[in-house]
Amino acid sequence: MLGDTFEDRRGERRLFRWRALFLAALVLVSLGLIVGRLVQLQVVRHEHFTTLSDDNRIKVQPVAPTRGLIYDRDGVLLADNVPSYALTIAPEKVEDLDATIAALAELVPITAQDRERFERLLPQRRRFEGVPIRLGLDQRERARFAVQSHRFPGVEIAAELSRFYPEGRHTAHVIGYVGRINEQELERIDRSDYAGSSHIGKVGVEKAHEHLLHGHVGYEQAVVNARGRVLERREQKAPVSGQDLHLFLDMALQRDAAAALAGRRGAVVAIEPDTGGVLALVSAPSYDPNPFVGGIGFKAYAALRDDIDKPLYNRAIRGQYPPGSTIKPFVALAGLATGATGIHNGKYCPGYYQLPGHSHRYRCWRRSGHGTLSMKAAIVQSCDVYFYRLAHDMGIERLDDLLAEFNFGRPTGADIAGELGGLLPSPEWKRRARNQPWFPGETLIVGIGQGAFLATPLQLAAATAAIANGGTFIEPRLVAATRAMLGAPLQPTAAVRRPIPDQDPTHWQAILDAMTDVVEGRRGTARRIRTEAYRIAGKTGTSQVFSIGQNETYNEAEVAERMRDHALFVGFAPIEEPRIAVAVIVENGGHGGSTAAPIARAVMDSWLLDRRVEPPSPSEEEAAR
Amino acid sequence: MLNPERLRVDAGADRRESLLATRLHIDLPLLLLLALICGFGLIVLYSATGESVAQVQRQGLRLAVAAVLMLAIAQLPPAALRQWSVPLFLLGLGLLVMVLTIGEQSKGAQRWLDLGFVRFQPSEILKLALPMMLAWYLSLRALPPRLLDVLIASLLIALPVLLIAKQPDLGTALLVGSAGVATLFLAGLRWRLIIGLVVLGASLAPLLWSLMRDYQRQRVLTFLDPSSDPLGAGYHIIQSQIAIGSGGLYGKGWLAGTQSHLEFLPERSTDFIFAVLGEELGLSGVAVLMLLYLAVILRGLAIAAGASDTYSRLLAGSVTAVFFVYLFVNMGMVTGLLPVVGVPLPLISYGGTSLVTLMMGFGILMSVQTHRKTLQRE
Repeated sequence: MLGDTFEDRRGERRLFRWRALFLAALVLVSLGLIVGRLVQLQVVRHEHFTTLSDDNRIKVQPVAPTRGLIYDRDGVLLADNVPSYALTIAPEKVEDLDATIAALAELVPITAQDRERFERLLPQRRRFEGVPIRLGLDQRERARFAVQSHRFPGVEIAAELSRFYPEGRHTAHVIGYVGRINEQELERIDRSDYAGSSHIGKVGVEKAHEHLLHGHVGYEQAVVNARGRVLERREQKAPVSGQDLHLFLDMALQRDAAAALAGRRGAVVAIEPDTGGVLALVSAPSYDPNPFVGGIGFKAYAALRDDIDKPLYNRAIRGQYPPGSTIKPFVALAGLATGATGIHNGKYCPGYYQLPGHSHRYRCWRRSGHGTLSMKAAIVQSCDVYFYRLAHDMGIERLDDLLAEFNFGRPTGADIAGELGGLLPSPEWKRRARNQPWFPGETLIVGIGQGAFLATPLQLAAATAAIANGGTFIEPRLVAATRAMLGAPLQPTAAVRRPIPDQDPTHWQAILDAMTDVVEGRRGTARRIRTEAYRIAGKTGTSQVFSIGQNETYNEAEVAERMRDHALFVGFAPIEEPRIAVAVIVENGGHGGSTAAPIARAVMDSWLLDRRVEPPSPSEEEAAR
Repeated sequence: MLNPERLRVDAGADRRESLLATRLHIDLPLLLLLALICGFGLIVLYSATGESVAQVQRQGLRLAVAAVLMLAIAQLPPAALRQWSVPLFLLGLGLLVMVLTIGEQSKGAQRWLDLGFVRFQPSEILKLALPMMLAWYLSLRALPPRLLDVLIASLLIALPVLLIAKQPDLGTALLVGSAGVATLFLAGLRWRLIIGLVVLGASLAPLLWSLMRDYQRQRVLTFLDPSSDPLGAGYHIIQSQIAIGSGGLYGKGWLAGTQSHLEFLPERSTDFIFAVLGEELGLSGVAVLMLLYLAVILRGLAIAAGASDTYSRLLAGSVTAVFFVYLFVNMGMVTGLLPVVGVPLPLISYGGTSLVTLMMGFGILMSVQTHRKTLQRE
């Protein structure tokens, strides 16, 4: 190495050591400087900074957007935001939680349910965030606390807009409700956008349109004191309010449909055939959604959950029933579309049907038989043997193909959360679900809408609307239009239309004629709802109830009542230019013609004639049960 | 008071720790000090992250990985490091040029290079590669260096510093630059040159000002008067001083800092973690950490002074100097003595990038310390 003599190395080493020593001195001086600064901050000016830290802190806080409102088609408010005052406790800032709650209970009533909700929400909150101990403080309670607030560090009155459903139980199964955001939902949502929000749509339209209703978060600067109390707010970025929704729903019709169904378990769905707009969607019995917003108590919830009539169960979109004879017009159309039969081809009904080479007799509901029947007569009188034959002649694949065009076997895609899709049986399904081959007899059963075949009232109403409008399936819609902000124009939603492949008008006319005669004809199964005011087309149905839960015990009268068949009716009116298509199901209602059809008629009267349905008095309701 | 003789005696005493040093190449005093600092750091981090066990675990894992790297480097003799000095420096420069052309943009700066399997900041390499390069160059010359050598060395320093400052990454440029300057200083840069450079630097300040980006100028202005922008750029400085000042002598107690837990303090688990320490454990807690840091620095200088060749001496000395610059700049920034520059508190701030480089630097110190005998025999 250059210049690496022993002398030089000694010299270099000594030079380095002096430099290292100088560096060490520099380090000591520098760190001394830091220590001096720390002493200045932490000792000399400690009081000053303690005051700053305690009294005057500026914090950036999220501001929740105002949730969009929901209106019916005439502007009747269905989901409102009302100011609500809650007493909240931030546990980190409270020394003795139990003593604080006990002291608070002397100022404002705090029930056991309040405490229970508090305990439940406690582990779910964010750090230093207040947890409500009492909701819905009135003016007097607020005043009483305000005077005493200095005694309660960490306790605050939180004013927020709370969701309120003015129509209560009448809209619970349509609008749904909002509730506090839970942990699974926290995983799904954009956390920053929900930084200021405590609630989220849980079911119904509130959930389906969460992204429109919620809006976008804003931010403000808040001056906060040592206990986290906000002293002053300055807005930085305004939140963007959620969009208002205007539904197709008609509140008067919705109320009438509920009144017509009162006292029974069942569902009514009414659809505007030209738009797919849902005019009414009723599931009975219903419940009041408002307690769910604040957090329903465990006992109240258990009572609803364990009610034998299942009020929380949305029969209109989640109730899956065998469609029974209401499927027959669709099977008949399938027969025409596939060429398996002609409009005037007659079939003979001896009261039963036997598959070639089999001895088993598939019975008609009329033991003595209908004799030779045309398609029209078979629909009007709901002959089973005609449809056994037709289904057998078509085969299950061709039958399923056309029923699928009417959207049986999958959710309709309506903008309401939680919809189920029913079940359209097929050989492929049976192999997958039960690992069994398809038997020819099952094709016959599908032809009369029984067996494993399941459909929801919403599916039936949407399919019936497709017959009413002459051959186009339109996905049902709840929301007709949205409005981004006050004064902005209404933005209409778009319909999704799928024409049914058979567009031969004579086929549709034949089905329409037959369904008209179901009501208008002398032998029609729904002739008792005939009216002079307008003409109705429809089809009755009855679906068998197979079994009740094996572990459930009912008294004898209950068993008898709950073993009865479900009554169904689908129809539309007026036949010349249909304005409403209706599907009705009454659980254990017996015959469609006597139980379900009159309910459909009442709904049609309400819509077409503006005739109100008187809700039954409580005693009548009791008797009906 | 310390003197050079005493430093030598200290280093001599360690030579007797035979097994740990000669076989495993571990310097026990340094290892113990580092373990204490890291353990202390994890405790502070637990509070600073809002009691996040997951984040503390992740940082613990990074510490373990960095410690393994440190021990691996310690196995390499300084002669091997010396051989790698030039290639590593050239590689580092090449990667810096790549970053400026094809690097990833993040938060308005281009610092990251994505090699597919790993994403890293090439500027980190220079924190070690530049002192290695300078130590190599200067160890070939007679010391103290002549003017020509100083000019060449200055060029070697300026090249990477300017490339890093252009990303822009002021904090890393500062650290890399100070590593180079420290090497030059330890090599015996003449005092009149040092004074001359300081004067030159002061006169060039306006030029530097004109080269700075808007946000960098803003930082300097805010540093001079934080209250001019209490909610914007001054927010960090004001809130961290409130945190430290309100901590007092003994602090508000671990996990009980309102400034950090009520989320007034920004960057509280990364660059501003020192303020959390100051708030929760007070001056006494800060003093403990500073004593530990001081011990590490003195140990590093002792190792450098005891090294048997010029290359090892210069490298060990400058690695120690960089460690000092780290903590001084960070503490100075958090206490409001220096402008806000993105420099983490060494071994304690949450994050892995600077941690790895720092620990590799300590690996070099251990290598220098534990390979002396073998070197002398050669």
